[in-house]
Amino acid sequence: MIPSAFEYRRAGSVDEAIALKREAGSAARFIAGGHSLIPLMKLRLSEPSVLIDIGRVPGLSGVSEDGGRISIGALTTHADLESDPLLLAVAPIVAEAAGEIGDQQVRNRGTIGGSLAHADPAADLPAVVVALDAAIHIAGADGPRAVAASDFFRGLFEVDLGEDELITAVSFDRPSRAAYAKLRHPASHFAIVGVAAALTVEEGVCTGARVAVTGASTHARRLSAVEEALTGSRLDDDSIAQASAAASELGDVNADLAGSEEYRRAMTRAFTGRAIAAAASR
Amino acid sequence: MTMQATPGRLVGQRVRRREDPRLVKGRGNYVDDMKLPGMLHLAFTRSDVAHGIIRSIDTSAAQAMPGVELVLTGAQLAEMIPPMPVATPFPAPDHHSVTPDRVRYVGEPVAVVVATDRYLAADAADAIVVDIEELPAVVDPERAMSGDPAVIHDAFENNLAVPLAPAGTGVNPATLEVEDESALNEAFEQADVVISQRILSQRLVPNAMEPRGVIARFEPGNDELTVWSTTQNPHIARTLLAAILGMGQHQVRVIAPDVGGGFGSKINVYGEDFVAAAISRRLGLPVKWIEDRSEAFMTTIHGRDVLCYLDLAATGEGKILAVKMRLIADIGAYEMVLTAAIPTLVAFMISGVYDIGVVRCDLTEVFTNKMPTDAYRGAGRPEGIYFLERGIDMLAARLEMDPAELRRRNFIQPEQFPYTTAGGMVYDSGEYERALDTALANAGWEQMKADRDAARAEGRLVGLGLSFYTEICGFGPSAAMPSVGLWEHASVSVERDGKVRATTGVSAHGQGHETTFAQMLADEFSIPMDDITIVHGDTGQVRGGTGTFGSRSQVVGGTALLLAASKVQDKMRRFAAPMLELQPADLSFSGGMIGPSGREETGVAFADVAAFAYVPIPLPPDTEPGLSEEAFWEPEGFTWPFGCYISQVEIDRDTGELELQRFVGVDDCGNVVNPLIVAGQIHGGIAQGVGQAMTEEAVYDEESGQLVTASFMDYAIPRARDLPRFELDHTVTPSPLNPLGVKGIGEAGTIGSTPSIVNAAVDALSGFGVEHIDMMLRPEKLWRLIQGGDA
Amino acid sequence: MSVPISVTVNGRLHELEVEPRMLLVHLLREELNLTGTHVGCDTSQCGACTVLMDGDSAKSCTVFAVQADGASVTTIEGLSAEGGMHPLQQAFWDEHGLQCGYCTPGMIMSGVDLLDRHPDPSEQEIRRGLDGNLCRCTGYEHIVNAIRDAAGGAK
Repeated sequence: MIPSAFEYRRAGSVDEAIALKREAGSAARFIAGGHSLIPLMKLRLSEPSVLIDIGRVPGLSGVSEDGGRISIGALTTHADLESDPLLLAVAPIVAEAAGEIGDQQVRNRGTIGGSLAHADPAADLPAVVVALDAAIHIAGADGPRAVAASDFFRGLFEVDLGEDELITAVSFDRPSRAAYAKLRHPASHFAIVGVAAALTVEEGVCTGARVAVTGASTHARRLSAVEEALTGSRLDDDSIAQASAAASELGDVNADLAGSEEYRRAMTRAFTGRAIAAAASR
Repeated sequence: MTMQATPGRLVGQRVRRREDPRLVKGRGNYVDDMKLPGMLHLAFTRSDVAHGIIRSIDTSAAQAMPGVELVLTGAQLAEMIPPMPVATPFPAPDHHSVTPDRVRYVGEPVAVVVATDRYLAADAADAIVVDIEELPAVVDPERAMSGDPAVIHDAFENNLAVPLAPAGTGVNPATLEVEDESALNEAFEQADVVISQRILSQRLVPNAMEPRGVIARFEPGNDELTVWSTTQNPHIARTLLAAILGMGQHQVRVIAPDVGGGFGSKINVYGEDFVAAAISRRLGLPVKWIEDRSEAFMTTIHGRDVLCYLDLAATGEGKILAVKMRLIADIGAYEMVLTAAIPTLVAFMISGVYDIGVVRCDLTEVFTNKMPTDAYRGAGRPEGIYFLERGIDMLAARLEMDPAELRRRNFIQPEQFPYTTAGGMVYDSGEYERALDTALANAGWEQMKADRDAARAEGRLVGLGLSFYTEICGFGPSAAMPSVGLWEHASVSVERDGKVRATTGVSAHGQGHETTFAQMLADEFSIPMDDITIVHGDTGQVRGGTGTFGSRSQVVGGTALLLAASKVQDKMRRFAAPMLELQPADLSFSGGMIGPSGREETGVAFADVAAFAYVPIPLPPDTEPGLSEEAFWEPEGFTWPFGCYISQVEIDRDTGELELQRFVGVDDCGNVVNPLIVAGQIHGGIAQGVGQAMTEEAVYDEESGQLVTASFMDYAIPRARDLPRFELDHTVTPSPLNPLGVKGIGEAGTIGSTPSIVNAAVDALSGFGVEHIDMMLRPEKLWRLIQGGDA
Repeated sequence: MSVPISVTVNGRLHELEVEPRMLLVHLLREELNLTGTHVGCDTSQCGACTVLMDGDSAKSCTVFAVQADGASVTTIEGLSAEGGMHPLQQAFWDEHGLQCGYCTPGMIMSGVDLLDRHPDPSEQEIRRGLDGNLCRCTGYEHIVNAIRDAAGGAK
């Protein structure tokens, strides 16, 4: 219950945060809402020597749209995503997925940037940003850069983020039809399996699909075979079932008390079907 | 609808709790809320392996840390305090508060640090280096019984804590020798149908919301020890603390302030309590220890973990001829206060509510490398009722008979009470068919069945489950717990201002005794509830007591209180008689007055009699001044509440997720003092029973012996969204064994709900040839059955 | 290595020096003696430690006190004036929404956030809104009733 001791620095800007991190070295961690990090620190599974608080850095919070491109600041809380009028209107998948995270108290403090940077294999938002083909905007000593969400998640708690870098925003094009479906862990509320699907439909035919899964393996990833099977289909029950079946081609799959490998494969299939059906009906 | 507490007939009313104003405003007083001057903090270093021999413990780094006052290893503590006590008659291995030499489960304490604050204590405990030579661990009890791969206590061959102990038909109760099995054999030979099933009542973690905690303050000046503890039974705690510390009862005071739930897990006095007391005595300073939830998962007693090989013999018409249970109880690594006794309660339940001619129960208790088990809400009764009710549902399915009808055919009939079971239990009262009919009518059983069948025709996996429970409670005659006794104590004083102060030896930790007991006394004395104070949970203020567990508080504690009150009433009549120039026997209490029966308003005010009793001029003959009486009460037998639960579930064909859609219940706990509180007890009980059926299971890794479900991240206790609105009703069959006619309700919901839900899940999957599913009803398990695989 | 912070708790400004690792719940309980906020777990699940931070519910066991610098925190003790009761406190009492009382302060603080978001909540909204709070005593039904009651009657 008691974290190890650490030193505390508060950053007033992105540049200051990066400078503080460079100075403190590899045993330092950024903290925003802290809802990924503090639980680990309390169990002493994480013992950073310095915490750099970026929670008050101005300009990193909120949702905006510019020319069909939606941008979400890294410090935007899940609760803000859940109730954001713009997201509810044009990208409800994000609001819905955020609303499925943890519980109200967690959503009030946890941030999208923190969730993505921490990259828990069972977190909800990683699947959503991959399906939306979002760009993850990153600031570092060498200046800003952007990386595609599908390249950002690399492995178990492993992301394309340098030691002195932090996420500043996430942006994506206004999705046409997208939805997220999740099998909740009864205790933790994380995803045993969660699938996000974003579809482009023209005259009843699916002309483009991005489908991503979380919870099933080390990190959120695309289900390319499903995407291929969907493209050109009419999105009726049969074609959705057929496309979902391709979800089983996942590589290594997680196994734990909440679900064996076989069960997670089957659930990936089932929730792929549910996410696609929900997206198609949007 | 709730009503304000006003004078009048309060027993039976939904009176709001008097405890609540302080609790809803955050003004409760729990152990961790208290600070004493000079108080130090304890933290324990615990084993991270399940089984091994301690080679060395390096405490040097911890000792050098700032704020650290003392570090003690198990070996050092073993010189200060003896092994912990047990209160069962079975042989038990030494169980040290902090192990001196060998670890036998993950989380077992190996050292303790004492520091000036909680953060520093945690740092120091973390800095202790323990070198353990690992031994193989065994967590499967049937495997443990072979003595391979580990023998956990050298003196207990093949890990048998209690070797085979038979009970029931054909067994000599004195020698436990099986003398005549002919009736048993005959029943099974005559049977048209025999049901045989291996059934597990899995291991659970009690998880009271307040973790355990203790503050111990030894005062060297007067050799007195005060312990504030999260206990359900301060008097038992005092007895055990005094014994272990070698102190007199009068030197030890145990206080249970507000206690945040117990469910049996706070009956025990734990190693941390003894260590805190011993260290406070050594340092002459108060010390505090508060358990983390992670520690609670690993090191507060677990519940259940009883395996049953059930055989049930019946005729083709559904008459049950015999029930046989072979039980294997996995009691974990040691015996705590009641550990070995709890599985024996399973045997007491073997007949349930049915008139069964022949029963037989064989029990074996086994050590494994897990946290010890002990009493958890229901304690033996949920296991027994679950095994039996599953067997009966399997019989109904086999006979293609309505499970309600099958039960009806086997009920013990009202005229048979008091009823002695084939296993020797004496049931006080019961009218089972009335409860069954009420439940069926409230549920709309026939319509439910038709709706289920219609849903099935659409391919939906809807199932209905029915269960009927009784339970042994209201503990009880002292013979049931000879080590401490099972009576209860109460005192009632009417002060000179006419206010009443009563003490009770039962110790509420959520049950609302400050309210229910005040309701009773307000009625007895016919004065406002506000004039009555109920004191409990402090051995310094409450002269005697046993405690709150086994659904005994209202039955035993309530009756003791009633007896003490009636003694005071007798005395008040003696004082009032000369004031009214009437005979004491002619006087009654009503409307705040004591007067001639039926015309009390013509008498004297209650407060005036009280005042007179303290300045009695002249003193009535053969009467001492003052109004203070006490009573000890021990029941002559157990009470047996009962009830019927009906569940409707639906299983998601794609995922195996189970939804509890309806829950209909009828409980009979005899007379009810406060229906609001009784409803709350039933609700909470049901939720814990639902937890066992659907979401809770303590899992240890087969190889490493690590507790896999060691936090609320992995172990799901039910949340609000997991439960439906409960549809509850009750019947009233008073107990003849106490003047209140009450039976106890604390555990009923937990006992009855679990089998009804599992029965419903099995029913939902009956189309797949499923006859039984072991708990918990994991979605994957159900999904596999739907896929045609094994559960 | 202590850090100065100023935090408003129940309307009163406190200027304090805290160790960075001190959890907000310990600041409230140990430094400010506001022991109505409880600790029931160490993995941010049980919600017994729920307080309001700038009006939103938060688990004070998962916030460092330094993060609360400049914030306004409301605990169960600050919900109503001495001698009075907040409608939720009153409703928990009226509806028997508590037994042992340990989860109750967190449950009530979550109820405040819930009613703020859903002034007239459905049964489902209430039950979902309590996802972050565990109760082992009540089976939740009387808690749900209490929140409905506080919202202004049955729906």
